[in-house]
This record gives sequence, C-alpha cells and structure tokens, in this order.
Amino acid sequence: MSATVLAIDGLRIAFGSTPVVHDVTLDLRAGRVQGLAGESGSGKTVTAMSVLGLLPRTASVSGSIRLGTTELVGLRRKQLNEVRGRRIAMVFQDPSASLHPQLTVGHQLTDHMRRHLRLDRRAAKARAAELLDRVRVPDPEGALHRYPHQFSGGQRQRIAIAVALACDPDVLLADEPTTALDVTVQAGVLHLLRNLAIERDLAVLLVTHDLGVMSAIADDVAVMRHGVVVEAGTREQVFRSPAHEYTRTLLAAMPDGPGTNPEGTDVE
Amino acid sequence: MIRRRRLPIPRAWVSPLAILGIVIAIAWVIVAITAPLWVPYEPNAQGLPRLQEPGVDTLLGTDAVGRDVFSRLMTGASVTIPLALLLVAVSLVLGTVLGAVAGYFGGWIDEVLMRVTDLVMAFPTVILAMVVAASLGPSLFNAVLAAIVVSWPAYARVTRSLVLGLRQQNYVLAGRLLGFSPLRSLLVDILPNIAGPVVVLATLDVGTAILLLSGLSFLGLGAQPPTAEWGSMISSAIQNFDAWWIGAFPGLAILTVVLAFNFIGDSLRDVLDPVSSGERQAAGVATAPTAKSDAAPSGTAAAS
Amino acid sequence: MSALLSIDDLVVEYAGRTTVRAVDGIGLTIEPGEVLALVGESGCGKSSTARAVVGMEKPASGTVDYRGETVPPLGLRRRPQRFTAIQMVFQDPNSSLNPRKRVDAQIADGIAAARLRGAAGSTPQEWLEAVGLDAAMASRFPHQFSGGQRQRIAIARALAARPDLIVADEPISALDASSQAAVAGLMRQLCLDAGAGMLFISHDLSVVRVIADRTAVMYRGRIVESGRSETIWADPVHPYTRALLSAIPHPDGLGRMPAAPAAEAPAEWSASIREALDRV
Ligand SMILES: Nc1ncnc2c1ncn2[C@@H]1O[C@H](COP(=O)(O)OP(=O)(O)OP(=O)(O)O)[C@@H](O)[C@H]1O
Ligand SMILES: Nc1ncnc2c1ncn2[C@@H]1O[C@H](COP(=O)(O)OP(=O)(O)OP(=O)(O)O)[C@@H](O)[C@H]1O
Ligand SMILES: [Mg+2]
Ligand SMILES: [Mg+2]
Repeated sequence: MSATVLAIDGLRIAFGSTPVVHDVTLDLRAGRVQGLAGESGSGKTVTAMSVLGLLPRTASVSGSIRLGTTELVGLRRKQLNEVRGRRIAMVFQDPSASLHPQLTVGHQLTDHMRRHLRLDRRAAKARAAELLDRVRVPDPEGALHRYPHQFSGGQRQRIAIAVALACDPDVLLADEPTTALDVTVQAGVLHLLRNLAIERDLAVLLVTHDLGVMSAIADDVAVMRHGVVVEAGTREQVFRSPAHEYTRTLLAAMPDGPGTNPEGTDVE
Repeated sequence: MIRRRRLPIPRAWVSPLAILGIVIAIAWVIVAITAPLWVPYEPNAQGLPRLQEPGVDTLLGTDAVGRDVFSRLMTGASVTIPLALLLVAVSLVLGTVLGAVAGYFGGWIDEVLMRVTDLVMAFPTVILAMVVAASLGPSLFNAVLAAIVVSWPAYARVTRSLVLGLRQQNYVLAGRLLGFSPLRSLLVDILPNIAGPVVVLATLDVGTAILLLSGLSFLGLGAQPPTAEWGSMISSAIQNFDAWWIGAFPGLAILTVVLAFNFIGDSLRDVLDPVSSGERQAAGVATAPTAKSDAAPSGTAAAS
Repeated sequence: MSALLSIDDLVVEYAGRTTVRAVDGIGLTIEPGEVLALVGESGCGKSSTARAVVGMEKPASGTVDYRGETVPPLGLRRRPQRFTAIQMVFQDPNSSLNPRKRVDAQIADGIAAARLRGAAGSTPQEWLEAVGLDAAMASRFPHQFSGGQRQRIAIARALAARPDLIVADEPISALDASSQAAVAGLMRQLCLDAGAGMLFISHDLSVVRVIADRTAVMYRGRIVESGRSETIWADPVHPYTRALLSAIPHPDGLGRMPAAPAAEAPAEWSASIREALDRV
C-alpha cells in the first residue's frame, strides 16, 4: 500500500457555535484517488478548504491535518503559503475563485511556474499551453492571451484545473472539478487525473456528488452526511455492499443510465 | 425587521498596530475638540520670552515671537485634522459619485470624465495643488479647495474600475432582470460591494491629505499667520534653525497622525476582505498574484 | 397564437482579436407549459444562447421573440414590467447572489417583482423550504452557504418572481442526486401549474430525460439533433448525441473509466443530419 501523503485526523470545524464537521478522518495516499461524496451542505467543501487554511475567520478548526510530518492546523500564514499551490493545490467548486479576473490566463499560469519551477518565459509558456491542451481547452496558444470572463463556464473550470496542476503539486484537492463539464470533456479530465496519479504519484481528493464519476475513478470512497463520514472503504465495498442506510439511498437516487457502458475501459 | 450587520471579526484578530492607530487617532480628535479648554496659554498671545527652550513653564518651548509652542500645537490639531477629514470626505463623495456614474453608464460621460482625471493625474500632485492654490489666492479655504481638486480623481478612477468589474456580475444582471432601475442597481447591488476598498483608500488618504495641507501652509499658500496650523508652524521654524523645537514638534504631530491612519487603513483592508480572494488564488497556484491592477486595492470586492 | 418563446436563426458573436461565433444560427420554440432542454459540449454556446434570450447579449443577427415581441437588450433603462416575467438562473451560483445582502432580502426582490406584475405574493421562507433549505437560514449571507445551497437560493429567487419563461443555465449541476431530483421536480411542477415555459440547459442527459419534454443537442454553435426527449434518449441518431450518451459513467463500482475522447473531435460530429432534427 502506498504512503500516506496527507492525513486528516479527527477534524472538527464549527462556525461560531454551529458545528458543521464532526470528527472527519481521511488518508490521502500517493497515486490514489480518494473520493468524497455526500449530500449538498454536508461539509465536503469546508473539509477541503480547511486543509489549506482557507476558511473564513469565523471558523474554528480543531483536530489534525498532517502533510508528511508538518501539522497544517494552526500553521502560520507564511508557512501555509509555502504549502499552498506548491505542495497542495486546490480546484475550487467555484472556478472563478481561483482565477484573477483582471489577469490573462497565460499570466496566471506562467507567473508561478517561472518562480517556483524556475522556468524561463519561453518554457513556462510552452508548459502552460501544454497544460491547457491536456485539459482540452480549445486553441491553447490563443487562450493564453484571453481573460477568464471570455471563456464558458466549463472552460473556466478546466483552466482552474490547469492552474492547480501548474506547479506539479503532491496533493490535489479537487472540489467538484467536473460539475460544469459535459460527459465527453469530463471523460478527458478523469483520464488526466488518473494518469497524473499513476505517473506522478499525485494524491487526489475528489469531491463530487456524481456517483457515476466516483465509481469511475475513485480508489477509495468516503460518504459524508451532516458533517460526519458515515461510510468509508474501497470503491468496491462502498458501491457493492454499502453498509450505511444513507449510502444505499444515495445509490438508489441515481437516475439510471441506458444499460451498461459498452465502451468503458477498465482501469485496472 | 432590520438587524444591523455585524462584522464577523474575532476580537483577538485586530492587530496591535491597528489598535495603536485607533488610539492615536482618537487621542488627537479629543485634543482637537477640547484643546481650547485646557491649553496653558492663548495660542496667539505673544507675551512670553522668545525662543525659550522646552522646560517646565513652556512644555515645548516658545517661538520667535514669544508664543507657547505646546498651546499652538494642541490648538493646531483643531485646524489640521478636521480640515483633512473634510477634504477626504468631499473628495471621496465627489470622486465616488462621478466614478460610479462613468463606470456604470459608460459612453461619453465616461470619456469626458476619464480625460479630465487623466489631465489632473498627469501632474505631480503637490505641484498642481500649489498652482491651483496660488491662483486662487493664499488662504486656508483655498488650500482645501486646491487639495480637493487634486485628490478626487484617484477616487473616481478606482470607483470606476471597480464598478466596471461588477457591472457584468450575474447578481447585478439578476437584479436588472427583476426590474431594478439602473440607479437602484448602482445603489443596492454595486456600491455596497465596492465600499470596502474605497473606504480603505480614504483612510490611507487622510495621512496624505494632512501632508498636503501642511505642505501648502508651509509654502505660505494655506493657513495664514497667526493661525496655529502645523504646516505653517514648521515653516516659521525655518527662520530660527537653532530653535529645533519650533519645527520638530509639529513635524512629529503630523507624523503620528499620518502613521495612525495608515495603520488603521491597512488593517481595515484585511478585515474587509474576509475570505481573502488572494489566498484562494494562491492555492490554485503558488503565491498571490504579483501584478495587481490599479482596479483592486484590496482583493476583489465581489469575491464572497 | 404565437409561441411563448421563438428563436429564429440566432447568431451570437464576441468581438475580439478574432471574432468568436458562439452561436451559429439556431432556431427554437417553447410553448407555454413546455420544458425544452438544451444540451451539449462545454463551450458549444449554450450559455450564450441563454444570455441572448434574456437580453443580456445582443444577437449579431436573428431574432428572439417573447410572446411575439422582441426581447429588449438590458440597457440603460429599467426593464419594462412585462419582461420581468422572463427570469434566468445563472450557471455560476457564486456570482449570482449579492455578497452583501441577506438571502431573504434577495428572494424578496423576486417576490416584489411578482407583486408588481400583479402576480401572487409569497414569503422568502416558503421558497427556501420549497428548495429544501431550512427557513431559519433566511437571514444569512450568501458566503455562509455551501455551493449547492447557493444554487438553490438563486433558483428560489428566480421562481419567486413567478416567471412565465425560465431560462435555467445548469441550475442543478452542483446538487447531489436526491436534491437534483427534488429541485428539478419542483421547477417542472411550477412550469406545468403556471403554464410557464422553461429553457433548461444542462450537459447531463440523464437529468434532462426526466425533466424535459423536448431536447435540443447543440454542438459547436449549431443544433445537431432535436425532438422528443424519450426518442433521443432511446434512439440517438446523430453521432455526437451517441457519443454523449456513451460517455456517461455509471455508479456500478467497477472502476470503469469512460472511453477517453480522441485528441481530435471526429469530423462526423459536426455533420448536419436532416433526420436528426425535429424528431417525434
Ligand atoms: N461561512 C460559513 N458560515 C456558516 N456556515 C457555513 C459557512 N460556510 C459553510 N457553512 C455551512 O456548512 C455546511 C457545510 O458546507 P459545505 O460548503 O462544506 O457543503 P458541501 O458538502 O460542500 O455542499 P455542496 O455539495 O452543496 O457544495 C453547510 O450547511 C453550510 O451552510
Ligand atoms: N465574452 C466572451 N468573449 C469571447 N469569447 C467568449 C465569451 N464568452 C464566451 N465565449 C466563447 O464562446 C463559446 C461559447 O460559450 P458559452 O459560454 O455559450 O458555452 P457553454 O455552452 O455555455 O459552455 P459550458 O457548458 O462550458 O458553460 C466558448 O467557446 C467561449 O470560449
Ligand atoms: Mg461544496
Ligand atoms: Mg455555460
């Protein structure tokens, strides 16, 4: 079994006196995709944001989040900044949150690569275009000169994924990265994530409410409800023999597809 | 039922510098209001021995015509500080209104306004203020007018670009689809969302305003003798270079006020940007974007 | 009697270094009480169509008529009252709520618009409950909600205006399956009850199948297949529609990845096939 890169242990989050996350424990392993499902408002986003210390000041966080040997809960802002983007990157549920509205896409992608990967302008630009191509943004070269608002919702989401991957992080927190994507483009993004996990040993936390996506890519699955992980296990366990009542209702609520998936390829 | 909005800031968060700034600012305001009641000497009375060093009788010494520097300094607060606040308030209102109208409606209004601000901003602030003040004639009132002329364009430009950024936001458009008039849209959906950065700008600007007013007085274009104004006190010190206390204390006073408002402005900027959008962008990549356009003095107001 | 919404030969372009033609001559109609779904690839022009329908984007050519009258562009004037019956739910739920206004006040804006047109009133709390949120949350600010909760608030505001034409751009994409079913059901029911029409944009065919009477599949600015939802779902004719259907992942727990799309989109996806249009 591969090494744990990020260990979330007994995480509790409250806003004022209202607790929203109780005792969440998750392990992200190198090269594996940890899925996190759950109903709307169950605390998925809040959990992911707490890893990078991005919750508003009204939130109080306790428990432990360890990146390797570094404890992230209560870490100083300056040290957190070292971790953000470079070691742990995040794709936000709201793609516009990770894009600066007044800078071109190329600027946002290359600026940080140049500083952190020490690439020169040319190389950074080439890598940026390659990343955009990998997330299937049409006309990657031209896209570098455009501003975020000039893209469609799904294109922005893909750009946000490219930005997150720019500095080659060890951990990717992807909050609903494919919600705005149609299934064909979604398939492309899922393959990209899977390949990065295999090639670069990237550890992925994939937050999604789409159990179809979950079933396709996640190695391990956790299901949250009202701030508690009600079910956790390998994909087969959770989908084939769900232990918790709530997981069963979730699976039952899926609108069923047209038979099985004839062109599907098995990843294993 | 209307409930007042509470800013969700844990008390512990407010920075020590901000507290220091607030304390100094409040202290000066109290001084400005109450000084005439308790200063030891009439600020313009010339009965004391001239050029006396700071001592027990005259805490900060006396000037070349035998006036008590301490009394003048304290009463000077009631000249400089209210005028600086007035100056900032007028520039803020004028600049924000014009900038908001230009940004929202665009077209020729925008064109004209932007050319005017370009013109004003093409000159160094102090020089332009000097020219305007000189042509209006030296008086404190004219100095304030001149300072307003040079300071409103900054507000207009910032407001305009913030409005331009928000005008196409979905919630603004949603309001328009519900039948909001442009005025209502501007007042309800846009202004509250740009207020933060503009107020920060204004707070930081109080210091500049004090420097500008004192500067004009120092050059003889503002407060006229014998008014106890900090800038003109410094300027009168020049003739007596040995008597360091005449100029040094008003200089220190200016410094403390300028710093106080800068501290307040800086931490206000952090407070008003609760879910620091910069940090989120940093999480997508490595650090906060280096290039900030002039449009966003503090993050993006729209980010929630 | 003219249709509730009729779009004819609509073209939407974005000027820039090179002009982008986002919508390339499409035609659609919606009758009262009907739900029409617009599905398609990311970036194919769905949102652009939606924006043109409500008047946020000026068509480069073609017409958008609401009850036989051209929809006025959102300009510097207040929108005429009769057009406030056209409401939109935006794709990005985060930017569609005013961050400095409590959510009950924002829903109340919708209710006020309904009242002004003489429609029935209601309360923000009722709407919050209708979309599955706790009425006690009414006095919160938008940033205090999760992504899916915000999306539902935006829906509540649009519905509170008692629209008779709803343009919903990916309104439920951020919701989990059970909330999706509930909210989609609510939207459809309100349409049927009030005789309103809905343009329902989605990239998810399995959702569309349950909510829409008719479906139009869009690819690169054009409509490649259209007709009754059941027919299209059961027997897609156009190659692009088939690709869409086959890439839907299933929650079978087998870890099957949907087939990776080829680097170049197949040329046949752009083909125009007569039999694929207006299917019954
Ligand atoms: N700033 C805040 N203040 C108070 N409550 C909050 C705040 N942010 C989130 N919450 C609450 O915390 C809970 C969890 O929110 P979270 O965003 O993690 O949900 P989620 O699982 O990501 O849901 P979704 O699928 O809808 O995005 C929600 O009930 C939400 O209302
Ligand atoms: N303001 C703009 N300037 C230039 N191009 C634009 C602009 N807005 C959209 N586009 C382009 O127009 C095309 C259609 O965009 P649109 O937003 O309509 O797509 P969409 O079908 O809604 O996609 P998605 O499902 O990803 O939201 C895209 O290729 C996009 O890049
Ligand atoms: Mg979420
Ligand atoms: Mg769209």
